[in-house]
Amino acid sequence: MNPWQDFTNAESLSQEHVPLLRPDDFFASVDKLLTSTRAVAYFARPLGDSQELTAVFADDAANRLLTARTLVTETQIPQLSDRHPQLHRYERELAEYGLLSAPNLPRLRRPPLVGDSEEFHPVPGEDVHEVAVGPVHAGVIEPGHFRFQCRGETVYRLEIALGYQHRGLEAAWEGGPNARTRHYAETLAGDTTIAHTSAYARVLEALSGTRVPLRAEALRALGLELERLANHVGDLGALASDTGYLPTASFCGRIRGDFLNLTALVCGNRFGRGWVIPGGVAFDLDKPRAAELLKRLDVLTKETTDAVNLLWSTSSVLARMEHIGTLTREQALTLGLVGPAARACGLVRDVRFDQPVGMYRFQQIPVSTYDTGDVFSRTYVRWLEIQKSLTFVHDLVKNLPSGALSAPVGALKPNHLAVALEEAWRGEAAHAAWTSSDGKLARYKVIDPSFHNWTALEWALKGQEISDFPLCNKSFNLSYCGHDL
Amino acid sequence: MLRSLLTRLTQGHRTIGYPRQAPPALSDRYQGRPYADTSRCPNGCQACVQACPVNALHTNNGQLEVDLGACLFCTDCQTACPEKILEFTPEFRMASRDRKGLVVPLAEKGAITPEAFSREIRRLLGRSLKIRVVSAGGCGACEADVNVLSTIGWDWGRFGIQVVASPRHADVLLLTGPVTNNMELAVQKTYAAMAEPKLVVAVGSCAIAGGPFAGHQSVRGGAEQVLKVDLYIPGCPPHPLSILEGLLQSLNKIKH
Repeated sequence: MNPWQDFTNAESLSQEHVPLLRPDDFFASVDKLLTSTRAVAYFARPLGDSQELTAVFADDAANRLLTARTLVTETQIPQLSDRHPQLHRYERELAEYGLLSAPNLPRLRRPPLVGDSEEFHPVPGEDVHEVAVGPVHAGVIEPGHFRFQCRGETVYRLEIALGYQHRGLEAAWEGGPNARTRHYAETLAGDTTIAHTSAYARVLEALSGTRVPLRAEALRALGLELERLANHVGDLGALASDTGYLPTASFCGRIRGDFLNLTALVCGNRFGRGWVIPGGVAFDLDKPRAAELLKRLDVLTKETTDAVNLLWSTSSVLARMEHIGTLTREQALTLGLVGPAARACGLVRDVRFDQPVGMYRFQQIPVSTYDTGDVFSRTYVRWLEIQKSLTFVHDLVKNLPSGALSAPVGALKPNHLAVALEEAWRGEAAHAAWTSSDGKLARYKVIDPSFHNWTALEWALKGQEISDFPLCNKSFNLSYCGHDL
Repeated sequence: MLRSLLTRLTQGHRTIGYPRQAPPALSDRYQGRPYADTSRCPNGCQACVQACPVNALHTNNGQLEVDLGACLFCTDCQTACPEKILEFTPEFRMASRDRKGLVVPLAEKGAITPEAFSREIRRLLGRSLKIRVVSAGGCGACEADVNVLSTIGWDWGRFGIQVVASPRHADVLLLTGPVTNNMELAVQKTYAAMAEPKLVVAVGSCAIAGGPFAGHQSVRGGAEQVLKVDLYIPGCPPHPLSILEGLLQSLNKIKH
């Protein structure tokens, strides 16, 4: 019998209900479970003289989560990423905390590079040359370092070094909740504010036994879909720009702003700051505001459709996108990809469908997939999702449930674990927290969707021309700050 | 081809008329410069001061002051105010050439207009200002609203302002984020690579005072810990209008 505890998204468990396994049993069952489930969280916290390792896996087919923990006293744990590459970044993170020491695992958040190649894995050979890019990039984007090993124009290997955005967020959560903790959730990835703040709120609600009113859940879903719409539309514009097709680039750049303004219509801020609070939402959508939102949404639906459909009828755009940066379905499964990048490889994987919480338990949204796994696929899946989100938002606003906007959040239960997942526009945003014996946050773990997907970009570049990098990069559009925390 | 031209026609001309015309309407819930009629504050009430997550509010000689450079414009103080007299006004015009200029009485309203750059700077750069943006921590929201200014809706190219890829081509180093320890070297190298005369603009509460990450060990806590700053534009993130207004005022390009 599997000793792991099963539970659902946004549920809390007391410490005694999270099975404590002997290290051997724990790692053996991790190895076994990962053949049929995927890792949602795999993190440690100090407990006395030892480290407590907690694993949370998702059994998407059963719409359940699984968890267990173990106590590790040695500085060495078995490296399972050799067999399960989806654990790779988790293990590097553990190595960074000094728990898992393995010489071949580089640290996840590296210090600044001063042109030192030794940290990277060079490709031997006379004709091979290295290209170093970053941390400061050409456009207005976040910092990260890319190291290409090329022969001619062909990329043999790409390594991505991150960590430049590290602000010490997880540690800052400890001892909370306090006046700042909600703002940490809002700013851990500023383009994913609603998703991360909702996940944070759900963790607190699960830990305090708070029931969120249905109207608040509906308004959270509205915020989450508007966030998705703005970012997906912006991405389509950026992808058009990188294929050299300026009409859609210009139109979508502007339309994205109008979607951000829809968010501002509700909460005053273009990025959804202040919209979600623990217990519910801070802003209501009154009748005149709902009418205004629907009116603007109708205009935007038409404008977006016109602008985006130009892409699919322009052969130069399609030629640039097809068969570039291709990942197979097997690679997506192996890496534990999430979000549009996973769905573009044909995986039916979406928190709103697999592990639904809040409004998504009542109003379903179809999972949009495409199966070619290339830049085109990742672009097209975004368009499919835009259309589904537009319909969803329309129906949602027309049939908003009545009721309160929030419920009071009481004290947190001591010695509990809570896990909350949200389908952010990039994919699964996971928050997990352990409380201490005095009901404070003892360990707070955030897994931004980018954490799973950065490796996919490295893999997608294998064998590509180096000039395809910007386009491939844009097709993933991953978060640096969400990864670096 | 025909279809793209037709779409171009229906999408229309979308660049805002500002600053010649009125700015585009902001959300009625937009959180601009905070204001309170502090004469109505109950004696000894410190509710707003205590609610602020980043200590942006304080009392100076019995007068409530707000540090707009630290402020997250998050409304936690508004929620905490027992008298409901604290509000966030629609005032988006906030920028200052010096850090102290952002510490203002809570009981005052209106624009905070930066002094113009020197005549020499305006002569050299007034019609062609090239900006190198460096994101040094933060959350990406400031970067997003800086990026927006290059889109057709805002088009700051109208004023000769342009984002450039190399520090060698740049007149302005526009910094966002609290300057993480891991980015400090890159920030200094970027600045060193720029030709004189060069200016530093700090955009957003992180770049000005560390934002929500102020006091964290992994961050330096703002641009001025590393470089001399010539213009501060507050907000979390600042609205694109605030950024545009701040730059245009400093270049003396807005005639009222």
